[in-house]
This record gives sequence, structure tokens and C-alpha cells, in this order.
Amino acid sequence: MKKLALLVLLLATLGMLSACAGAGGPDTIKIGINAELTGDIPKVGEGTKFAAEMWLEDIGGELEVGGKTYKVELVIEDNEAKGESAAAVNSKLITQDEVLVIVGPQASKQAVPAGGVANDNKTPMISPWSTNPATTLDRPWVFRTPFLDPFQGPVVANFATEEFGFTKAAVLYDVASDYPKGLAEFFKQGWEDLHGAGSVVAFESFTTGDADFSAQLTKIKESGAEFIFTPQYYNEVALIVQQAHELGWTAPILGSDSWGSAETVELCGEECYGLFFSSHYAAKGATGATKEFIDRYNEKYGYVPDDVGALTWDTMLIVQQAIQDCGTITGDLAKDRQCVRDALAKIKEFPGITGNMTFTEQGDPIKCAVIVRISDAGEFEFYKQACP
Amino acid sequence: MTFLLQNLINALQWGSFYALIALGYSMVYGVLMLFNFAHGDVFMVGAYIGFFVSSGLLAVAALGFVALPTGVMLALILVLTLIIAMFLNTFVGMAVERIGYRPLRAAPRASAAITGLMIGIILETGNLALFGAQRRSFPTLIETATFQFAGVSVTNKKIMIVLVSLLLMLALHIFVRRTKWGMAMRAMAFDYVVVPLMGVPINLIALLTFGLGSALAAAAGILYGVAYPVLDPYMGILFGWKAFVAAILGGRGSVLGAGLAGFLLGFIEIFVAAIFPSTMRDLIAFSIILLILTVRPHGFFGEPYSARLRL
Repeated sequence: MKKLALLVLLLATLGMLSACAGAGGPDTIKIGINAELTGDIPKVGEGTKFAAEMWLEDIGGELEVGGKTYKVELVIEDNEAKGESAAAVNSKLITQDEVLVIVGPQASKQAVPAGGVANDNKTPMISPWSTNPATTLDRPWVFRTPFLDPFQGPVVANFATEEFGFTKAAVLYDVASDYPKGLAEFFKQGWEDLHGAGSVVAFESFTTGDADFSAQLTKIKESGAEFIFTPQYYNEVALIVQQAHELGWTAPILGSDSWGSAETVELCGEECYGLFFSSHYAAKGATGATKEFIDRYNEKYGYVPDDVGALTWDTMLIVQQAIQDCGTITGDLAKDRQCVRDALAKIKEFPGITGNMTFTEQGDPIKCAVIVRISDAGEFEFYKQACP
Repeated sequence: MTFLLQNLINALQWGSFYALIALGYSMVYGVLMLFNFAHGDVFMVGAYIGFFVSSGLLAVAALGFVALPTGVMLALILVLTLIIAMFLNTFVGMAVERIGYRPLRAAPRASAAITGLMIGIILETGNLALFGAQRRSFPTLIETATFQFAGVSVTNKKIMIVLVSLLLMLALHIFVRRTKWGMAMRAMAFDYVVVPLMGVPINLIALLTFGLGSALAAAAGILYGVAYPVLDPYMGILFGWKAFVAAILGGRGSVLGAGLAGFLLGFIEIFVAAIFPSTMRDLIAFSIILLILTVRPHGFFGEPYSARLRL
């Protein structure tokens, strides 16, 4: 019985191996896109898809590597904004679709588990938007395009201190999601470094899917905090800001790069006008290549691209450069993936539309953040820059 | 004191939703001994119907056929939305009963419960396929006015939500207690096998029960949209589960019990989050409910015969 099981296992493995070697002709380069198309943050997935497709159109669906022209194919899969689905999508992209490199997932909740799968299967992955350190930490196969939360947290803390002269902070975050939880803690640390222990007077949380924050906000109001920092995604931002105002809260509410979605103002409306958040780029007042990208995206899809779109665009160009740096595509997937990974690791500087990046050993870029103000017309306008 | 009062008001609003949805669970559970696990998603469908109806009415109002002050116009649209969406959602509930549960009336109760889960998933994913994954922003039907009393903030929305849900609960209570149809429902709750033999049409009563519950769910959906104006296809799942807990806590088939337990659940959730670290909210809140059920296994108003539950 045991022998039979072993035999079956062996055959299955052989079958899989031969399938790997057989499929995916040497004339096609497949790039996997692991995106949040449905679930909690579908606007994020949409921006990813649109930017990637725009890139594909730009290169005419073809890429020249080492003097030979290859057809480029995007394999776009939905991870439902769930960690386990994102990991499953990566497995599928790696073993079944046999992609050369994976772009995404975007949110850290998905990117952290998915990065583990990519790393274990020796497939290069690059997340355009995940800012939690765990995504790339000790994972030589995983890279990213945005700055990190240990940088972003103190940026917001510094801004609140310099701009308003505040000394007492309140934080409201989702305890069940990697990104808000991580960033809330980095902010708390950064704030306490500036103002001493106990200067975060309220550190309140909720769980993904909650819609009523009145108890937490009442507590925050009582705590004597001078502002609220809430590193949440766009759907929660609208509810939190509105409920805070209904409870009589008039002081500032600050946010992080997750506020930068095109949907934030759509859902939140005038309640969000005049608020600040840290981000990767500001659409209003952009110049040069950034403006060119924004205008083209806006013309094609009918709205101003958010930071996810811009970062995905940068990521696609980085991936393109890595593939071309590689020199030759042999058709041997393991070899080619290794080649692309090495090429990605070799990129030290990259001038993107979200700023110039310098990559570290860990696969993380060092770049500037911007403070964005939501204008009285609901646009994301540049307010200040913060560099490491 | 301010802190206590403010949280009390917060809890009243939050409990209203649980209470309205718990009523639907409780009625079906009472009459047909059935856990209608699709009810949370019927609430979601009700909210979406409310969204489309009110958007449509706003568009019609914008054409300017009738000249009314904005406030009056919005209030009129809210009332019309409530009536139309409750009416339409009645058919959603009845369809759920007709398609999902009637063929399984003689089947083991567990099979029927599973059916509910499946219908729920069909409603969620159907919505996803039809309308896409993006969030819907419920239109503003009430211009928010905030009143301050000794440091306590109350909005006109909150007052309206609590009043409307109390009114609906009262209406349902009168219907069940004072009308012939209500009497038939209560009779069915005693024994849904024997009572039909006395000439009470079980299929009609089942449809009525589902229809009533769904109308209340639609009202809850619209009020929810007014208070938390971000709608998504999955909004009903967790909410439905918690309301189900409230229905059980209230006692089988008890309208009064489900209403009260809904408010109690709201109070527990808000006050636990207000007093303890909010990270532990659900842990503590549901431990309290577990404790209550240990002491009162039939809920507050449940009668011992519900021990014969054949699940």
C-alpha cells in the first residue's frame, strides 16, 4: 500500500515536471498579476489591472530581449482581498500558468502570505503597494516599489508635530489586517519617540468588516487627543470620518497612503475635504512623466489614477527592465526566473513616476513620501514632501 | 456621565439594526423551526434595493416636476424609499422560501439550514456579478444636524433610526398579537405539522412569515445605509450572524424577545468596546452572551418546548 502511494506520488510529480517543461512556448513571456479585484478593496485591484494593461498596450504586447522579440502575456487573477486566496493565486500562477514573474498583491494582508509562496517556489514577485516590512523581509525573491511603514509612521508623526504643534495623539486601526496594524504601531513608536511615553492617549482598534466606530470614537474624544491618525482603507475612512464628525469631533483626522484611492473622496464626500494623509505621489500639480501618465490614464479610464495605479506603472517598468537586463530567455523556467530575480536585485536606482528609488539589499526602495491635502474640490493636492 | 450617556445613544442606534434583523430570524425560527441563514443577505439585498430606489427617486426629483423645499423633498424620498423597498424585498424573501425552503420542508432541518447558507452565497455572488465589486455610496437622504446636550452629541439621523425601528417593531407586535394572520402564525409556532391539519395553509403562512421578515430587513438595510453609507455585497454576513445570536438570545419565536435581545447585543458590543480595550470587544461581548445562554438556554422569552428542536 505504501509502495503504491509512493508510486502514485512519483508519477504525479513526474507528470507535473513534464508539464512544466512542456508548456509555455519559448516565444511567450508570461507576467502574473495578483490583484484585489473583488473583496474589500476592489478599486485597488481595478487600478492595478488598468495600469498593467496600459503598459502592455504601450509595448505593443511585445518585448525585445537579447535581440529576439517575445510576445508578452498578462495573467490577471483575483485574490478577493484575502490572504489565503492571494497565496493560492500565487501557487496557481507559478505552477499552472508558469509565469516568469509576479506583480502584486497590493495590500500587505495579501502580499505577506503571497510573498512566502513566491519565495518558496523561487519565483520573483514584486508588490507595487505593500508597505509592511514583513512582505520582503528575509525573502530574496520578493521585491517592492513603495516606501516602508517604519518610514511612513514617523513621517506622519513629524508632520502632525511640525504642522499643528500637537502633543497628544489618538490612533484608530483595524487589528485584523497587517497593514493598518503594522503602521499603527510604527506611528505610535514614532510619536512616542518625539513626545515621550504615554503621548498616544488612545490606541483603539476594530475588526475588518465593522461599520460602527462610535464606541471607539467616543473614547478617543474623552481621552483629550488633539488629532486622530487612522491608517485605514478607503471604505472605512468614509465611515470613520463621518461618525467622528457626528460625535462632535472637529480636530484633524490624519491618514496614510491607503487613503490615496480614487474612491476615498467618492465615498467620503465633503466630510473629508481639508484632511491630510501621507502618500506616494500627489496627482494634482504633478509634472513631467508623472503628469503624462495621469493624463493618459484619465483619458483612457475616465478618472485620475490613484497611487496604486502609479506604483503599478512603475513596477511594470522595473519588471520590463529586469527582463531586458536578463539578456536571454532560455525557455527553462527555473533558469529564467533566477535570471530575472538577479536582474531585479541588481537594479540599484530607478527614476519612477512616484519618485526616484534606491533599492536596498532587502529589495526595498528608499524614496520620498509626500503629504497630500484633500482640497476643497476633492482633489489630492501636493502639500509637503518628506524624505528619509 | 457624559461618557455613559453618549455610549447609551450610540448603543441604541447600533442595537436597532440587530433588533430589526433578529425579528426576521426569530419569526421564521418560531413558525417553521428553521434557521434562515440567508436572512443577513436578504438584509443586504434590501439595502441595495433601497440604494437603487432612492437614487432613482433622487434623479426623478432632480427633473424638477414638483417644487418642494429640499428638506421636505428628501424626507419624502426617504419615506417612499422605505415603503417601496420594503414592498419589493417582501418578494425576495418569499422567493427564498418558495425556491429554497419549500422543497425541503420534509427534509432534515440541517439540510434546510445548509440551503440557507447556499442561498446567501448565491445572493452575495449574484450581486457581485450583476453590479460589480465596487462600494456603493448610499445617497444622503437626511441633511445631518447635530445637537449638543451637555457634551453629548445626538444627530437627527440617530433619533430617526431608533424611532422608525421601534415603530416597526410595535407594528409587527400588533400584527402578530391582534390579527387573524398573526394568530395563524402563532398557532403554527406550536406545531407546524399538526396545525396545518386544522386547515391553516402552511405554505401561505410560510410565505407571509418570510415576507414580513424581509420587509423589516429592507427597512434595516435602508436605515443602515443612512447611518453607514457604504454598501458592499458582503455586508450582511457578519451582521446576519450577530443578529441570529440576538434572535436565539431573545427566545424562539418571541417578537418582543428578539427586539430586546437585539438592543441588548448592541449595548453589550458598544459598552465592552467603550470600557475594555476595543481589541477584545467581540471576545468579551460574546463570552457574556455565552454566559447568559448557559443560565437561560431558551433565551429570555423562549419556552421550554423549544427543547424539542429537531436540528
